[in-house]
Amino acid sequence: MDKNRKVYQFKNPVLNWIEFRLPIISYFKKEYGDYPMPKNCNYFWSFGALATITLVTMIVSGIFLAMNYTPHTDMAFDSVERIMRDVNYGWLMRYIHSNGAAFFFIIVYIHIVRAMYFGSYKYPRELNWILGVFIFLLMMATSFLGYTLPWGQMSYWGATVITNLFSAIPFIGEGLKTWLLGDYNVGNATLNRFFALHYVLPFVIFGVVGLHVAAVHVHGSNNPDGIDIKTNNDSVNFFPYMLIKDTVAMCAFGVAISAVIFFGPNLMAEVDNYIPADPLVTPAHIVPNWYLAPFYAILRAVPDKLGGVLLMFGAIVILFVLPWLDRSKVRSCNYRPIYKWFMMGFFVNFFALGYVGMLPAEGLYLLIARVGLLYYFGFFFIITPFVGWIEKPSKLPLSISDVYAKNIAPNIGGGEKGIPSPAMQKDTNL
Amino acid sequence: MAKKPKNKRRDFLQLSTVTLGAVGTAAFIWPFLKSMSPAEDTLAAGSTEVDISAIEEGQSITIKWRGKPVFIKKRTKDEINAAKMVQASDLRDPQDDADRVQKEEWLVLVGVCTHLGCVPLGQKVSDMKGEYDGWYCPCHGSHYDTSGRIRKGPAPKNLDVPPYTFLNDNTIKIG
Repeated sequence: MDKNRKVYQFKNPVLNWIEFRLPIISYFKKEYGDYPMPKNCNYFWSFGALATITLVTMIVSGIFLAMNYTPHTDMAFDSVERIMRDVNYGWLMRYIHSNGAAFFFIIVYIHIVRAMYFGSYKYPRELNWILGVFIFLLMMATSFLGYTLPWGQMSYWGATVITNLFSAIPFIGEGLKTWLLGDYNVGNATLNRFFALHYVLPFVIFGVVGLHVAAVHVHGSNNPDGIDIKTNNDSVNFFPYMLIKDTVAMCAFGVAISAVIFFGPNLMAEVDNYIPADPLVTPAHIVPNWYLAPFYAILRAVPDKLGGVLLMFGAIVILFVLPWLDRSKVRSCNYRPIYKWFMMGFFVNFFALGYVGMLPAEGLYLLIARVGLLYYFGFFFIITPFVGWIEKPSKLPLSISDVYAKNIAPNIGGGEKGIPSPAMQKDTNL
Repeated sequence: MAKKPKNKRRDFLQLSTVTLGAVGTAAFIWPFLKSMSPAEDTLAAGSTEVDISAIEEGQSITIKWRGKPVFIKKRTKDEINAAKMVQASDLRDPQDDADRVQKEEWLVLVGVCTHLGCVPLGQKVSDMKGEYDGWYCPCHGSHYDTSGRIRKGPAPKNLDVPPYTFLNDNTIKIG
């Protein structure tokens, strides 16, 4: 051990006692107290905190649901109904959990949109982006496994359709599918292992989130202008400024999710899932959860079984290499006059794919899905590298403070440099 | 702190925000804690009706009530007399036999030793009944008498008498 290690001194002797043995107090002070946040960060930057809060809420409500759930094909459906009718506040925990899953995806999609539009995935945050895509993949797997557990018609047939994707793999497909299911079709063995995995994966996600947060704290958060912090004038401390801002965001989020939980808890649920699973009858119209629908649309847009599966998984895997497909050094789309519109087009296209993914794959819907598929992959393979090559970015501000000087100056007129922001006033007082 | 009115306002805002947050957190935690207590269907299963017409004098049956064994014994004259003879004041958990029964030939007990929760022996003819001819707990050697009262051994209390009513001469409702 390094004898010359400098031990941080606090006023509280208990904190000093802990700090000397495990420097966790100074770690929290550094990462969540003094951690500098770019002062131009808008509310888009609160969605990481919201996602963490939602993850914890999902884990807690899930643990309490598991106390009353039975993973057996004969009892699963009834145990969920018992949770709804007999268990104290069981209905509340189940609605928190089911709607929490949907809101988790809403938050994470906004978080990803933020990262893409403002170029957070670029140097030096590529690994952070990769960890994020990994979290997204784990989330999709976890939500799929969880959707199976109530053992309604949608649970059963959703599980059947998704696990049959693996049978598309040449030679080993059928064997792999049977191995995954532990049976020749979705049965009790499947339900048991899906429950075991659905319980453990959120903790894996929690671990990767830890790495994701640790990685972003190394180089600091990106910001809407995509330029680095240069001086103290460019940043504010995480505590209390960003903590309060995140708390405001959390309150707004709480109002939104409460409105759904208490007034429309089944808005995002499928009626057919309130019918117990029946291996002999398939519902007329199988729909994935809306948050997986864009990828389902890609699957159905391809007339070949293996091709559809490959493109669907490819649509997610392609995200891993986005930092290397984008050749532009400018992070924020606010300073990229051409790419900005293609980026917005990408978001609209993704939304449209999700929309048609919920509808029958025929006629106009199928055509939209195919056009959407072309744009999705065209965006990554052609537009992103090519636009980065030809585009002339707008002039970047010299610093983050400079953004404010420019924005505010016209309002007060004259030759003034602009009103110092509250954070700057604080610094000059010191 | 209180010197400037500006700080008073800030203190008020800070205190009310923290209070609101604490109340909100408590309101969020409460349903989760409450969900762990017995559910409605568990509570609904809290009473049992038992037909006692087939029990002979000196015989005892065991039934399940709220997941626990309940002993229903039709006592003999000798057993009733033995239970009545005892001076309540001499006992570890003083109680007269008359306070433990509704009809003196019928003794109804929760068959869970008050020491650490084992089920005492004494229901079968072949069982050890202990030194007081009632029940004997094999786990740590507690002896109960013919009224289910603790007489010897580590148990602190008499065997519990569950709430019950005679619906008629042949039926008891427990719970």
